[in-house]
Amino acid sequence: MPIDPKPEDLQPSDAAQVADVLAWAAAGKKTVELVGAGSKSALGRPVETDYRLHLSALEGVNLYEPEELVLRAGAGTPLGQIQAMLAQQNQQLAFEPPDFGELYGHAREQTIGGVLAANLAGPRRIKAGAARDHFLGLEAVSGRGAAFKSGGRVVKNVTGYDLCKLMAGSFGTLAALTEVTVKVLPAPEKIRTVLLFGQDDRAAIAAMSQAACSPHEVSALTHLPKAIAARSAVGYVNGAGRAVTAVRVEGPAPSVVHRAEALRRLWGGKGNMEELHAHNSNTLWREVGNVASLLPDADAVIWKLSVTPSMGSEVMAAALVTGGAGYYDWAGGLLWLALPVGNDSGDGGGDGGAGLVRASLGGDGHATLMRGGVELRRRVDVFQPTAAPLAALSARIKASFDPHGILNPGRMHGTY
Amino acid sequence: MLMPKPEGEILAQRLGLLDDLRAIVPGEGVIADLTALRAYESDGLSAYRQVPMAVVLPDRVDQVAAIMQLCDRRRIKVVPRGAGTSLSGGALPLEDGIILGLGKFNKILEIDYENRAVRVQPGVTNLGISQAVDGEGFYYAPDPSSQIACSIGGNVAENAGGVHCLKYGVTTNNLLGLEMVLLSGEIIRLGGKHLDSGGYDIMGLLTGSEGLLGVVTEITVRILKKPETARALLIGFPSSEQAGDCVGKVIGGGIIPGGMEMMDRAAIHASEEFCHAGYPLEAEALLIVELDGPAREVDHLIEQVGAIATACGSTSLRISETEAERTAFWAGRKAAFPAIGRISPDYMCMDGTIPRNRLPEVLKRMRELSEHHGLRVANVFHAGDGNLHPLILFDANAGELETAEEFGADILRLCVEVGGVLTGEHGVGVEKRDLMGEVFTEEDLAQQQRVKCAFDPNGRLNPGKVFPVLHRCAELGQMVVHQGQMPFPDLPRF
Repeated sequence: MPIDPKPEDLQPSDAAQVADVLAWAAAGKKTVELVGAGSKSALGRPVETDYRLHLSALEGVNLYEPEELVLRAGAGTPLGQIQAMLAQQNQQLAFEPPDFGELYGHAREQTIGGVLAANLAGPRRIKAGAARDHFLGLEAVSGRGAAFKSGGRVVKNVTGYDLCKLMAGSFGTLAALTEVTVKVLPAPEKIRTVLLFGQDDRAAIAAMSQAACSPHEVSALTHLPKAIAARSAVGYVNGAGRAVTAVRVEGPAPSVVHRAEALRRLWGGKGNMEELHAHNSNTLWREVGNVASLLPDADAVIWKLSVTPSMGSEVMAAALVTGGAGYYDWAGGLLWLALPVGNDSGDGGGDGGAGLVRASLGGDGHATLMRGGVELRRRVDVFQPTAAPLAALSARIKASFDPHGILNPGRMHGTY
Repeated sequence: MLMPKPEGEILAQRLGLLDDLRAIVPGEGVIADLTALRAYESDGLSAYRQVPMAVVLPDRVDQVAAIMQLCDRRRIKVVPRGAGTSLSGGALPLEDGIILGLGKFNKILEIDYENRAVRVQPGVTNLGISQAVDGEGFYYAPDPSSQIACSIGGNVAENAGGVHCLKYGVTTNNLLGLEMVLLSGEIIRLGGKHLDSGGYDIMGLLTGSEGLLGVVTEITVRILKKPETARALLIGFPSSEQAGDCVGKVIGGGIIPGGMEMMDRAAIHASEEFCHAGYPLEAEALLIVELDGPAREVDHLIEQVGAIATACGSTSLRISETEAERTAFWAGRKAAFPAIGRISPDYMCMDGTIPRNRLPEVLKRMRELSEHHGLRVANVFHAGDGNLHPLILFDANAGELETAEEFGADILRLCVEVGGVLTGEHGVGVEKRDLMGEVFTEEDLAQQQRVKCAFDPNGRLNPGKVFPVLHRCAELGQMVVHQGQMPFPDLPRF
């Protein structure tokens, strides 16, 4: 029997065709990789399948009611198209989806389905939640080839299990999303960012916690050590010559001005401060969310760690003990690390720092290999390994949607 | 309401089961006396009653695990129960099952201000969390109206909301971690004080799963600093259309209030007679809009909301200048349920959610249904998020319960018809179980039940709730096989 050199590409034009193809694939136990725009295909374990199912034809916004704060679109709809539509009504996806094009070295646009399937969120995560918190409803086709729906178009809904949560972050291993409904929110009228200079990591964690515990409704908190700050395109940040800790406030103009002043008072005496207005704020927070431009070494292996915020600086120090660079988002609860592993993205052997990074967590939180070569991603756990009962439960959940394991097999884990 | 037929083989095991339970939980932790069992025969949905085989009240997670394992082995049905305030019958006992009560899990385990997290046992009340952190100026945001009594474990099971959820989210948006026990006795820990654990979002799935997947034994919630200030507007409108228009324009104008509540004429009058909050009796619809946050922001937005209300044709408008006045504005709304209880022998509280802009139409058709069924209805509405609580007034002693239930079912069908759902925050339970087919196809429900099978392959955890028809897991797992050619041979390939 001849071996296909590469999977065959299929592009169904509507949800019914997706169901037909997957029912056929399930019956014949053919494996299928689900692809939106392919912008995050290098995230997760490498997948080898018989077919590649492109969902980009399931495209278009078919409901947008600004006063109802709701938008429904085909899963293959480009994110940019949705964001442009929202911007016209001064609205936004509040979870601030990052763009990893530069991180993965391509200019492909993301789809809304891909953003949700990866459950990504940017700096506003600490105030507005992740993609999963904005995912109201879905239509999808399971690995059984059966169309099903969950949720709806309203924010308050406990009618049946919340399968949107399960689908968010499942990386296409349970079902092919065909249509999604999301909550949208007003874009802020005004944005200010207060910069605090010269804090070491531990002091920065304390300052960020102080701001997060204030009543000033901060919408983002980051700390960029000196070498990282120097890479920013924002003059006040790259020219600081020191570490930069930043806090963002957003909202009605008089409130933002007032809260920025209040935060400067709160941080008074810690060091020099500066303030960024809208343009520079947007540049800085885009850099923080999109990651690539702030981290050195285009070939470095990149890890994302989610930890208890107060533990951030200890984990960072432990993970960087043999070199590398990193910065903090989410008030210290999110660490982005670039580990030098030669010029082969870790493919030349070794574990890409997996052992060191995961040991640095000290049993709390989780680490995800966000960028690494194919061989490295095959060799190490891309997602944090879990205790055996949870891994077994996850495998049973996978089987409840996809009994033959045809969808994105092994993308997250050996068994799901 | 038809519950699964009690299984004789299980009922026959009662004495042996009691011995086994007492070996796990000694002393008064096992209740078997009929008089004592009656305390557990119903929850907040008191129309349905059933005495369980036994009640067991463990106080350690290893006991919960042993009880679950025992029941799995003996095929005993388990109904988890928190404070028993469910309005949908989620904790209604089964004749051939036990109640697993979490009331003794009532400790706050850790308060971590630095990381804005509190770790609690599931029997702690919702309000208990906010009270524990109040001294440092923090609170837990979701605030269901039963918050003084309802347990946080029950909040997780039902994904409870409250009046502040448009701005601050419901339970699922405010959880950081869970510990749960499966029927197999396995203990699973999810999340922690960090965000977005990798892997499937099982914590999100558990939230709102109505005790059908696992028993939650520990919860880590996110706490928030209390807003600097809060002020409210009390606005009367001559029609629900104008009030609805105002709600849409406030949100469309980029303002997300901390709370936005609407009451119809019947609810306004009942409340005013009961607690004299000074509500405008000539209004057809009353809006309470609360803005919270930094004082500068609240003062700024209050003016904007006032201007929008005036432009929408409000006939009365008051703005709270003091904390006492703000509390007074809310007094009538918070007393709405007892106020209705005062003018009717019985009432039934429904819980549909609708797209906000369909409100006038829904209210109009609800009035028609009210005439058709010959029963009065009053409406309170979480206007910000579209969650409608129609209160159906009836007299059970006059044999009106059945008519009230039919009226309620018609209202929920109407919610679904306009693009809404059966339940926003009370849960499906037994109350709305048989209406699930109005929302979901057979495949939608089959897929949900397959997920349950991943947690509970023998269907022993809270069966008879949520799903109208019970299927065996083996049956759900079967696949209809379409052999043959690839469909759509002309599908684009490249």
